Amino acid sequence: MSTVATSQIKLTPERSRTSVRSRLQDALPKIVLAPSFAITIVFVYGFILWTIYLSFTNSKTFPSYVITGSRAYQRLWGWTFDTDPPSSWYTSITNMGIFGFLYILICLALGLFLAILLDQKIRGEGVLRPIYLYPMALSFIVTGVAWKWFLDPGLGLEQTLHQWGWTSFHFDWIKNKDFVIYTVVIAGVWQASGFIMAMFLAGLRGIDGEIMKAAQIDGATTFQLYRRIVIPLLRPIFLSAFIVLAHLAIKSYDLVVALTSGGPGGSAWLPSNFMYEYTFKRNEMAVGSASAVIMLMTIVAIIVPYLYSELREKPR
Amino acid sequence: MLRKLLIGTALATSFAFSAHAADVKEVQMLHWWTSGGEAAALNVLKGDLAKEGYAWKDVPVAGGGGDAAMTALKAMVAAGNYPTASQMLGYTVLDYAAAGVMGDLTETAKKEGWDKSVPAALQKFSVYEGKWVAAPVNVHSVNWLWINKAVMDKIGGTEPKTFDDFVALLDKAKAAGVIPLALGGQNWQEATMFDSVVLSTGGPEFYKKAFNDLDDASLKSDTMKKSFDNLAKLVTYVDPNFSGRDWNLATAMVIKGDALVQVMGDWAKGEFHAAKKTPGTDFLCYRFPGTDGSVIYNSDMFGMFNVPDDRKAAQVALATATLSKSFQSAFNVVKGSVPARTDVPDTDFDACGKKGIADLKAANEGGTLFGSLAQGYGAPPAVANAYKDVVSKFVHGQIKTSDEAVTELVKAIDDAK
Repeated sequence: MSTVATSQIKLTPERSRTSVRSRLQDALPKIVLAPSFAITIVFVYGFILWTIYLSFTNSKTFPSYVITGSRAYQRLWGWTFDTDPPSSWYTSITNMGIFGFLYILICLALGLFLAILLDQKIRGEGVLRPIYLYPMALSFIVTGVAWKWFLDPGLGLEQTLHQWGWTSFHFDWIKNKDFVIYTVVIAGVWQASGFIMAMFLAGLRGIDGEIMKAAQIDGATTFQLYRRIVIPLLRPIFLSAFIVLAHLAIKSYDLVVALTSGGPGGSAWLPSNFMYEYTFKRNEMAVGSASAVIMLMTIVAIIVPYLYSELREKPR
Repeated sequence: MLRKLLIGTALATSFAFSAHAADVKEVQMLHWWTSGGEAAALNVLKGDLAKEGYAWKDVPVAGGGGDAAMTALKAMVAAGNYPTASQMLGYTVLDYAAAGVMGDLTETAKKEGWDKSVPAALQKFSVYEGKWVAAPVNVHSVNWLWINKAVMDKIGGTEPKTFDDFVALLDKAKAAGVIPLALGGQNWQEATMFDSVVLSTGGPEFYKKAFNDLDDASLKSDTMKKSFDNLAKLVTYVDPNFSGRDWNLATAMVIKGDALVQVMGDWAKGEFHAAKKTPGTDFLCYRFPGTDGSVIYNSDMFGMFNVPDDRKAAQVALATATLSKSFQSAFNVVKGSVPARTDVPDTDFDACGKKGIADLKAANEGGTLFGSLAQGYGAPPAVANAYKDVVSKFVHGQIKTSDEAVTELVKAIDDAK
């Protein structure tokens, strides 16, 4: 031991020793990050490229590697305007629009509202907060099945109210081709709004009390206080919440399957359902891949400008 | 740095592939028969193989249902890691055979006489370019009515022989305040019922031309339009809550006497058996009115993969045991289907099973055994699913008239071909 130590002192001059160590220190984060970096490169970006490639082939059951042109995209483009009767693709993208818009909007509004109410220094907040947050701990499958039973006219809400004597009550959205997508919104909002509430609550707690007091002294009403001061200060939370909700909305596949099993005549499909159906059940891998690419492009088109406008350095 | 990483990854994967412990005395089996009756039926096969010294190894699949299993199989085959055999349906067998990953059991087939005993219509899916690539396990047929006998007696109904009889019977049930028709509003159930409606409306020749040969003229004919009209008529007899219901819940409605009849494949019989009901006294099985003498089938197959030579003996043993008369009888008695070979004695089967066996034999000899389009035995999955879309959209009102339905059907099938 001591020989090693002495030899080190003798043989390595001070400067080079520190440089070895510092080089190691420099490299350490890279070494630690390398495996996850490699995995991400291959399994996320590699497969994105692979999917794009497949969408230009004529892959059916199995991937084929001969590029045959953009027939898959042409078919999807044709289906986009097949409105009467609606093609599965048309149904999927309009549902995505309805679901995405309402889901994100209601979750943000409800989450903010609940957070503001909970922030009024009320008693029992410690009990209420987890109650609202808890649905997020459930998987979409559980949420879907529970709401399926609850919304089923022969089983859940309608049946119960009929037994209690309110026989004119009628709520069969889940069986109705035109309204089934709104039941997906209901179940989705129920699950996610508590989580969004927790995010906003954290944001509200981070606001400096002095600002609030100053505003109150200046005579601001509670509404003005929230409208002019609190909500603008929560802007970063809106960004995070939006991104969380947007990706939850885009990848909602299991909720639709568990809640509606596709809906009457496939009327509850989202693009992810379309992608899975065509790739794995109909053996039209090229069409499935093309729809996945379109989903990706849509997300990119929405998220990138938003991120850019929110995250760039603001000129001061 | 990146290059080194890639080399490392490549090395690691090549290790994983070479570490392949081969065990000759073992059958690797991918299937989704996990529910009580099915699992019990499969145990018969496990026992038969154990007697010959072959161990049974299930290939685990996360999540039930055939879709998850097929996705798992695709991944295994893509990785070059073939199971000995896999439960497969219809065109999937042919797809895999065309990809060149299936084995060849022709020798065994010759020795066991499968050519003669397995119906020719089934051989379309188990034989690829003259080579046996799969062993059929059973034959299901879909053109059945399942009727609650107590309700039938109460309304004084008799066996309907024509479509009009059937409508009259449904009217009687409606008048008596029973739900006439139990239907699950999922696309495959609606399309399975429509298979029977088309056979009943157009007759065997028409069914074959339209739904097996995909003949354009038949698909857009007036007979097809009439079939959609008949379907629309049937749909007026379902309860308002039918949409999205699982098939076994619809069967339960008939078992409990809430509904009179369900149009469903013979797997429904398993539900009646599980509820301790006997055919003839508790429930009745009739052919869908106007389809007597014809059988619309689907079939479970064990696809045999091109495994390494040291595993071939186990594969042959599995295939032989699967098509042995004793297993065919024991398995199908439990499953509700009928044996995939026509020379199995029907002694152990109940009344419905006996009728099913006789019908299959007659249909095979008379050339009236047709693949079910809804179940993926009439055309490849892309076409079959396009068909289910159209039928389901018609039932649920996205497609409003039978004229429009016919146009859409032709368009969808052309597009998917």
